[in-house]
Amino acid sequence: MIDFSYTVWILLIPLFMFVVVGLFGNRFKPLVSGIAGTAGLFVMWILSLVTAYKYFFVLEKAADGSFQKFLAFNVRWLNLTDTLHIDMGVLLDPISIMMLIVITTVSFMVHLYSIGYMDGEKGFMRFFATLSLFSFSMLGLVVATNIFQMYIFWELVGVSSYLLIGFYYTKDSAVAASKKAFIVTRFADLGFLIGILMLSFSTGTFDFLTLTGANSPAFSSGTGIMFLGLSTMTWSMIFIFMGGAGKSAMFPLHIWLPDAMEGPTPVSALIHAATMVVAGVYLVARLFPIYIFAAPVALDVVMYVGAFSSIFAAIIACTQFDIKRVLAYSTMSQIGMMMFALGVSGYGGHEGLGYMASMFHLFTHAFFKSLLFLAAGAIIHAVHSNVMNEMGGLRKYLPITHATFLIACLAIAGVPPLSGFFSKDEILAAGHEKSLMLYWVEMIVSGLTAFYMFRLYFSVFWGKETHYHHTPHEAPKLMTIPLMFLAVGALLAGLIPFSGFVTSDRMPFQSHLEIGIAIPAVLVGLIGIFTAMIFYRKETDLPDRIYNALGGFSKAAFHKFYIDEVYLFITKKIIFNYVSRPIAWFDRHIVDGAMNGMAYVTNETSERIKRFQSGQLQQYALVFVSGVVLITLLFTYLMTN
Amino acid sequence: MFEGVPLTWFLITGTIMFFVGIYGFLVRKNLITILMSTELILNSVNINFVAFNKILYPDHLEGMFFSIFIIAVAAAEASMAIAIIINIYRRLVNIDVEKMNEMKF
Amino acid sequence: MTPNQLMFAIFSAVIIVFSILTVTSRRILRAATFLLFVLVATGGMYFLLRFNFLAAIQLTLYAGGIVVLIIFSILLTSHIAEKLEKPDLKKIIPAFLVAAGGALITIATILQHKFPVEIASGSERTNIRVIAKSLISTEKFGYALPFEVISILLLAAMVGAIILAKKRKD
Repeated sequence: MIDFSYTVWILLIPLFMFVVVGLFGNRFKPLVSGIAGTAGLFVMWILSLVTAYKYFFVLEKAADGSFQKFLAFNVRWLNLTDTLHIDMGVLLDPISIMMLIVITTVSFMVHLYSIGYMDGEKGFMRFFATLSLFSFSMLGLVVATNIFQMYIFWELVGVSSYLLIGFYYTKDSAVAASKKAFIVTRFADLGFLIGILMLSFSTGTFDFLTLTGANSPAFSSGTGIMFLGLSTMTWSMIFIFMGGAGKSAMFPLHIWLPDAMEGPTPVSALIHAATMVVAGVYLVARLFPIYIFAAPVALDVVMYVGAFSSIFAAIIACTQFDIKRVLAYSTMSQIGMMMFALGVSGYGGHEGLGYMASMFHLFTHAFFKSLLFLAAGAIIHAVHSNVMNEMGGLRKYLPITHATFLIACLAIAGVPPLSGFFSKDEILAAGHEKSLMLYWVEMIVSGLTAFYMFRLYFSVFWGKETHYHHTPHEAPKLMTIPLMFLAVGALLAGLIPFSGFVTSDRMPFQSHLEIGIAIPAVLVGLIGIFTAMIFYRKETDLPDRIYNALGGFSKAAFHKFYIDEVYLFITKKIIFNYVSRPIAWFDRHIVDGAMNGMAYVTNETSERIKRFQSGQLQQYALVFVSGVVLITLLFTYLMTN
Repeated sequence: MFEGVPLTWFLITGTIMFFVGIYGFLVRKNLITILMSTELILNSVNINFVAFNKILYPDHLEGMFFSIFIIAVAAAEASMAIAIIINIYRRLVNIDVEKMNEMKF
Repeated sequence: MTPNQLMFAIFSAVIIVFSILTVTSRRILRAATFLLFVLVATGGMYFLLRFNFLAAIQLTLYAGGIVVLIIFSILLTSHIAEKLEKPDLKKIIPAFLVAAGGALITIATILQHKFPVEIASGSERTNIRVIAKSLISTEKFGYALPFEVISILLLAAMVGAIILAKKRKD
């Protein structure tokens, strides 16, 4: 048994960097903070790779041939009762190690990139400190040994996201966006907490090993009591999924993700593409045994929400003009596919194909989506604008960015042999087995994905020749090296035999490429690419004609189907007026009033009593003599002796 | 009874003088008039003591001695009071008891 | 009415009337004078009761010492020509009630109490020799200790009065 307790350092290094850079970064040149943060992440990256190698290739498997799931490091933190306690520790199993690699790799690339991108910005030091804080929180989330630790780090991730989205705190829109992100995810976390409480109340434990192990109390308890036709366990799993849906921007809690693009582009690459938004997917994957065996209805909810979110986002992405907004909706759509894959999954070997596909797609998506965002950052850095309409023909000026962006677009469109093809194919295969209707929905989503991504590609790099104020120049080496590295990942990651490593029951199995699924998927992708080429390669008025032809529908899609307006209406008109105002009135007049009333009464009483201590000699003497007279009266006449 | 004067007459005289003195103590504003009322009180007590002594215990002299000591103490106390009053007058230039309601801080 | 009773009546009347005048007079020097009359009448009371020594002390100390002291201090501190203010009703009424109430209770108690039967003796003057011997005797009914204590008290009072009334150098 190899000792893996060194993995706790993967958590402690970024925490240390956060404290050190945060407290002392000011004293040195900004570059020092950048190098410190990046160096810390480099060490963590190496450690994760070493851990993965040791885990997958050196560590012996368990008796039934599955990979081991164990605690590498655990301390008891809080004893709530004799049996209920919250620990802090590191849990190692295939999905957590996979996430370690994803997070450290992408974070390392983003750190390198940011040294170039954020150069000269005010707050350079603060940026790197917060990036380290985020890395710490996200890593703590994925290696959590119990659901409460996960919740704590979940909230920490939310805080880091808030700090990073609102990085340009002098911009009103950035501040509003960070608040929106935090509030929406916090609201979702309310559901998460309720789910945790229900789960732990019925099972009596927080610990993942117990909850998802063989004789889990989750399978027996809580399944009996029914409420509105669903058992307690189902309700708790649905609530927990609500938390995951908020963090992963599933409909209808997705409204914060497009606005979160107000943050710096490296932040979008790290948080809103590769790591934080997949936390919801990771949560469902972590609790998957409970979902499958004790709350299958909840799993259906996951499936439908995922599928709906993916097509919803794909339609909107076709109409947006801001580069980062398109990528944001693309992220939402891809995560919807991951959720869908989890929802259609079974358990064990080939049944668990959906689970494996979801994790595989998470892995590959991290590469090409973060690459897309970083490349978008390079484009924005060159052109000083976010909007597609103002760009065109950039392939001449930005060769490296062009090449890597193209690779990423091909990957996301599912063109073989890039990574996106393999992972998407597995998802479609799993979906085909479970629900034919949703399978076709996802096919449509694949087509739309290819279409809008290549719409973006052609509009930026081909299209009309725009006259730029000053010639756009390629990004510095520090920014292009991460692009190239991630492009290599996007190219090759598909060749990893993922089902040999990450599966639903941790037992490796062989998955095959089904031609019947693959060919239609590739065809749909190619149709999407071709359509986009027709519309956007040269400047035409075809897009506008189609847009006008679809009339109201396309207008609604452009306005993101008015979901934001609905939320605004609900909060401003209904909640503020009917819930908040009465509560505020109550708080101000009754609660505060009681306090003020007590103070007022005390004041008045003391004003009255104050007169007793007047300092007037004769008043004291008067009271004295009256007392004596009264007592005499009492004793001589009124006592019956 | 002492040669025709009953004890109670003495006591009543003393009582009235006592309570007049108390009234004066509670009512007067000038510090010196308060002192005078205090003297009235002390004297009334003296009368009581000697009356009891003479009429109830004619062979003893306790009452008289007590009265002597009371007079001595009253003299000492009056001189102290005057000294204090002079001091107050020096500080505040008036000796109105209603103005003296704050301690030195 | 026997002569004793007549004398008692005169003294008692003087005491009561002048004490009331002392506390209600609006001129301070007049109040001092009325106090003097009260003290002299009290001395007369002592003479009536054949306590000559005590009466002498009363006249010397009280009438001759304390009243003079009071008049000195009046001259030092007040504007003797001014009329003192009348105290307001808010002060008079409670004080009057308390005093009157107390007086009534006490007098009622006195009148109801049955004093022990008086012995008819005691008309002789007090013997000054007996007084002197008692003052310095240390046996039963001796007053040596209170005598000494009183002398210390007077010493303390003297020192205190001097220090209090001294002009400060600051």
